[in-house]
Amino acid sequence: MLSLTLLSIPLAASLLLLFTRGGLSRNLALVFTLVQLGVTAYAYTVFNAAGAAPFDFLRNWSAKPFLNVHFSMDGISMLMIILSNLLLPLIVLSGYNRNIERPHIFYSLMLFMQFALNGVFIAFDGFIYYIFWELALIPIYFISFNWGGENRAQVTLKFFIYTLAGSLLMLFGFLFLYNGSPAHSLDWMSLKSNPSCSCNQSWLFWLFFIAFAIKIPIVPFHTWQPDTYKAAPTQGTMLLSGIMLKMGTYSLIRWLIPIVPAGFAEWQPLVISISVAGIVYASIIAIMQRDLKRLFAYSSIAHVGLISAGIFAMNLSGMQGSLVQMFSHGINVVGLFLCADIIFNRTQNPNVEGIGGIRLVAPQFATWFMVVVLASVALPLTNGFVGEFMLLFGVYQYNTWLSFFAGLTVILGAVYMLRMYQKVVLGKPMMENMVFPDLYWNEKLVLITIAVLIFVLGVYPSPIIELTEPVLKTLTK
Amino acid sequence: MDNFLALTNLIQPASLLALFPLLGFFVTALFGKSLKHAAGWIASGMILISFSISLYLFLNLPGEASLNFNLFDWIKWGSVNLSFGILIDHLSLIMLLVVTGIGFLIHIYSIGYMHHDEGFTRFFSYLNLFIFFMLVLVMANSYLVMFIGWEGVGLCSYLLIGFWFKNDAYNDAAKKAFIMNRIGDLGFLMGMFLMLFHFGGLDYTTVNTAAQALPMGNELIVSITLFLFIGAMGKSAQLPLYTWLPDAMAGPTPVSALIHAATMVTAGIYMIARSNILYAMAPFTMEVVMWVGVATSIFAAIIGMKQNDIKKVLAYSTVSQLGLMFAALGMGAFASGMFHVVTHAFFKALLFLGAGSVIHAMGGAQDIRQMGGLAKYIKITWFTFLIATLAISGIFPFAGFFSKDEILAVAFASHKEVWILLSVSSMITAFYMFRLFFLTFNTSFRGTEEQKHHLHESPITMTLPLSILAVFAALAGFWGMPAVFGQTHFFATYLAPVFEGSKQYLGEAHEASHDTEWMLMGIATVAAIISIAVAYALYISKKWLPETDEETTGLAKWVANKFYIDELYDAIIVKPLLVISDIFFVLIDKLILDLIVMATAWIVGFTGRTIRLVQTGNAGFYIFAMVIGMMVLMFFQLVY
Repeated sequence: MLSLTLLSIPLAASLLLLFTRGGLSRNLALVFTLVQLGVTAYAYTVFNAAGAAPFDFLRNWSAKPFLNVHFSMDGISMLMIILSNLLLPLIVLSGYNRNIERPHIFYSLMLFMQFALNGVFIAFDGFIYYIFWELALIPIYFISFNWGGENRAQVTLKFFIYTLAGSLLMLFGFLFLYNGSPAHSLDWMSLKSNPSCSCNQSWLFWLFFIAFAIKIPIVPFHTWQPDTYKAAPTQGTMLLSGIMLKMGTYSLIRWLIPIVPAGFAEWQPLVISISVAGIVYASIIAIMQRDLKRLFAYSSIAHVGLISAGIFAMNLSGMQGSLVQMFSHGINVVGLFLCADIIFNRTQNPNVEGIGGIRLVAPQFATWFMVVVLASVALPLTNGFVGEFMLLFGVYQYNTWLSFFAGLTVILGAVYMLRMYQKVVLGKPMMENMVFPDLYWNEKLVLITIAVLIFVLGVYPSPIIELTEPVLKTLTK
Repeated sequence: MDNFLALTNLIQPASLLALFPLLGFFVTALFGKSLKHAAGWIASGMILISFSISLYLFLNLPGEASLNFNLFDWIKWGSVNLSFGILIDHLSLIMLLVVTGIGFLIHIYSIGYMHHDEGFTRFFSYLNLFIFFMLVLVMANSYLVMFIGWEGVGLCSYLLIGFWFKNDAYNDAAKKAFIMNRIGDLGFLMGMFLMLFHFGGLDYTTVNTAAQALPMGNELIVSITLFLFIGAMGKSAQLPLYTWLPDAMAGPTPVSALIHAATMVTAGIYMIARSNILYAMAPFTMEVVMWVGVATSIFAAIIGMKQNDIKKVLAYSTVSQLGLMFAALGMGAFASGMFHVVTHAFFKALLFLGAGSVIHAMGGAQDIRQMGGLAKYIKITWFTFLIATLAISGIFPFAGFFSKDEILAVAFASHKEVWILLSVSSMITAFYMFRLFFLTFNTSFRGTEEQKHHLHESPITMTLPLSILAVFAALAGFWGMPAVFGQTHFFATYLAPVFEGSKQYLGEAHEASHDTEWMLMGIATVAAIISIAVAYALYISKKWLPETDEETTGLAKWVANKFYIDELYDAIIVKPLLVISDIFFVLIDKLILDLIVMATAWIVGFTGRTIRLVQTGNAGFYIFAMVIGMMVLMFFQLVY
C-alpha cells in the first residue's frame, strides 16, 4: 500500500494548492515535497527490510477488456523514486526568490508532475504505465507554455506533438502485445515471461525504441530538446532534464529490453552505435553553442547518449553504470540549470559570450558552479566519474572501438565545459554596470546540497549499486 | 612476526598522511577571509606534518618490506571490486619525501612571494589541495586510485595556472593544460579498461601477478603499456602532448616550481617506474618510450636556446629533462630515471624559485634581455642559482652530474646512438642554461632606471628555501655515486626491491668497466665545459644580446617560435573542430534533422487538408464513392 501513499501525497497536494494564493502556495509546495521526500526515505528503509511486498498493489480494473492496476517496486524503481522526490524540493526551492506569476497553478502543476513521475516508475502494468507516461506530459506542457520564454508557443507545441507521436507508436506496440498475449494481459511479468514471436519483435522493437528515444532523447530524435530546454522556465527545464528524460532511459531497462528481447538482440549493434555517435555529435555541437541553456542541453544529450550506450551494452557494468549515472546526472543537471538561471536572472544575457568577470563579484557562486562543472566533466571523487567509468567499461566490454569513441566525451566534455566557464565566469567583466549579487540563501542551500551529494556519491556510491544490483543480475542473465 | 607488528603500527600514520593537506585545504578555503596571512603558515604547517609522517615511515619501514592495505571499497559491482588502498614501499617513500619536503619549502617561499596578492589564501588552499592529490597519486595501491590523484593534480594545475583569472591569456593556458592532459587521460582510462577486463582488477598486485602469467612481449601487455604511456605523455609533457607546459608558466612562479617542475610533471615517470614489470615485459613499448624521450629531450633543448623569457627557458629545460628520464626508463634503467627525478626536483625547483626571486626583484619583468648584472644586487639568489645551473649542466660534483652520468652510461652500454643524442642534448642544455645565467646575472643592468632603483634581495621566507634547496642541489648526487668511486649506490640499493620483479625480463645489465666509466664522465664534463665556455665567450666576452623579436629571421625565427607547433595544432585540430561544431549545428541539426521533423508534420497537415476536400456533404458523391469502394473490394475478393 506504500505505493498508493507515494502517489496520493503529490496528487492531493496538487489539488490543494489550487485553493491557495501567493507565498503560501510556494511554501506549501516545499512542505509537501519535503513530506514526500520523508515518505520516500521511509519507503527506502521498508524496501531494504522487506523487499517489494509492502509496495505490491494489484487490482482488476476492467474485466472486458481485461486490464489491471498493478504497482510494485524493485531496486531500479526505488532509485528513480528517490531521485524524483529528492530533486523536487530542490527544484521548488531554487525558484524561491523568483517572481512567478500565478504560483498556485505553477506549483500545482509541478506536484501533479511529481504524481505522474512516481506513477511511471512504480507501474508494473503496461496500460497503467502508459497512462502515467502520458499524464507526465500534460503539466510540463502547461508549465512551459505559460511560464516560458521567447517562442514558447511554437516550441512547446512541437515538443508536445513530437513526444506524443512517439508515445502513440508505443501505444500501438502495447495494443499489439495485448492482442497477442495468451492471457490478454499487459502485466509486466506476463509480458516478460511470454515474449511475442521474434518475427514480430523485430519491428515491435522500433515502436518502443522510438518512443523512448524521443523522450531521452537519443540523436537523431533530439531536435525538440534544445529549444524546449531554452524556452521552458528554468524549473521546467530542471524537471525535464533532471527527471523526465530518465523516464526514457528507465523504460529502456524496464520495458524495451525485457519485453522484446529478441528484437533488441537483433538491433543491438545498430542502436548502441547510434548512441555512441550521438555522444560525439552532441559534444561537438556543444562546443560552439552560443546560448548557455542550449549548451547544457547538448551536453545533456551527450551524457544520456552514454547512458543509453551503457544500457544497450547489456552487461552488468553498463547497466549498473547507467543507473549510477542517471542518478548523478539528475543531480548535476539541476545544478547546471540553476547556475544558468542565476546568471540570466542577474545579467538578462542568455549567451555564453559577453558576460565574463563573475568570479570577481560573486566568488561563492563561481566556486559552486565550478564544482558542478567538475562533476559534469567526471572528475574522480565526483559522482560523475563513478558512472562514467562504469559506463565506458561496460561499452568497452561490448566493443573496444565504441568505447574509444564514447571515451572522447572525456576530452570533449572538458573542452565545452571549460570554454563555457572561462567565457562566462572568468576574465574581466564585459558588461557595463553589471550588478551581480552573490548567491541568495535559497540558491546557496540548493547548490551546497548538490555539491554535498556530488562528493558523497563520488566517494561512496555503494548504496546505489547495492540497491539495484540484485535486479540487474536477473536482467542481464 | 616483528615485521608484521612494525607494519601494522604504520597503518595509522600512513592513512592520515594525505589528510592533513586536505584539512589545510578546507580550513584555508572556508576561513580564508578571517585567517588572512596566517593561512600561509597553517597551510605550510600541514605539509610539515605530512613531511614528518613521511620521514617517520621512511625510518620505520622495516627492511625491504612494504605496506599495502585497503581502506574501504569504493566502486564494487558484480565481480569487480575497486578499493581505496594505500601502498607504502621504497618507491612511494622516495616520492613522498620529495613531494612533502620540496612542497613544504615552496609553501614557505610562497608566503613571501605571494604576500601582496589579493588571492593569498586562495593560493594556499589550492596548493594544499594539490599536495593532497599528489600524495594520493603516489600512495595509491591501484591504477584507479592513482587516477584520482592523476586527474586531481591536473585540476589543481588548471586552477593554479589560471590563478590570476582576470587575464584571459592565463585562462587559455589553464584550459589548454587541462584539455591536453585529458587527451592523455583517455589513454590512461583505456589502459585501465584493458587491465580490468583481462586481469580482473586494477591494484598493482593483481595486475602484476596476472601479467606475469602471460608470455613476454604479448600484444595485450604492449597495448596496455602503450595506452598508459599516452597518459604519461600528457602529464609529463612529452612529444606530441608537451605544448601545454611552456604555456603553464602563466601561473605564479612557486606553482611552476612545485607543479610544473618538481612534482606533478614527474608523475608519468613515477607511473612507469611503478609499472616496471609491465613495461619490462613489453620491449616494443620500451623502445617507444625511449625514442619519445630522446626526441623530446633534443627537441625541447633546441627550442630552449632561443627563448628569452626566464621562465620559458626553464620550462623547455624541464620538458627536455623529462625526456631524458623517459629515455632512461625506456632503456630499462628505472632506478636511474627515478634518481634523476629526485635530483631534478631539487635543482629545477631551485631554478624556478630563483627565477621567482629575480622576477620579484625586477618588479614582475621576465625578459632576460632587460636584466643583466643582477649578481651584485641579489647575492643569495645569484649564488643559489649558480649552484642549480651547475647542477643541471652536469658539472661535478653537483647533483645533476651523477644522475645524468648514470643515464648516459646506461645508454652507452646498450644504445650508442641514444648516448650520442642525449650527450648532444646535454651539451645544448649546458649552453642555454649558462646563456640564461650570464644574461641574467652578469655584465651590466639593461632595464629601466626605475627597475634598477627597485632591485633588492627577497625576504628570508624566500631566501631560506633557496639556500636549503641549494644544499640538496649540490649534494644530493652523493646518494647515487657510481661504482668507480668505490661507494655503494645508496639510491639504487634502496629502490632495488621495487624493481626486483622486472629484472628477469630486462636481460643482463651491462656493467661498464671502470675505464669506460671514467671516459664517459670525462667526455660529459668536457662537453659541458665547452658549452659553458661558448656561452661565456658569446654573452660575456662579446657581450652578445639576443636580438629583438622583429630582428629574428630564418631558422632562428622558427626556433624562437617553437617550430610553430602551437599554430600547427591550432590549424589542424582546434579550428577544424570549431568549424565542424558549427556545421553540425547549423547544417545537420537545424537544417536536415529539423527539416525532416517539420516535413513529417507538414505531410500530416497536408494530408489532412487534402482529405478534408472529400468531405463535401454531397450525398450523391458519398454513394458514388461507396459503390466504387465495394467494387474494388469485390474485385480483390475474386482475384485472391
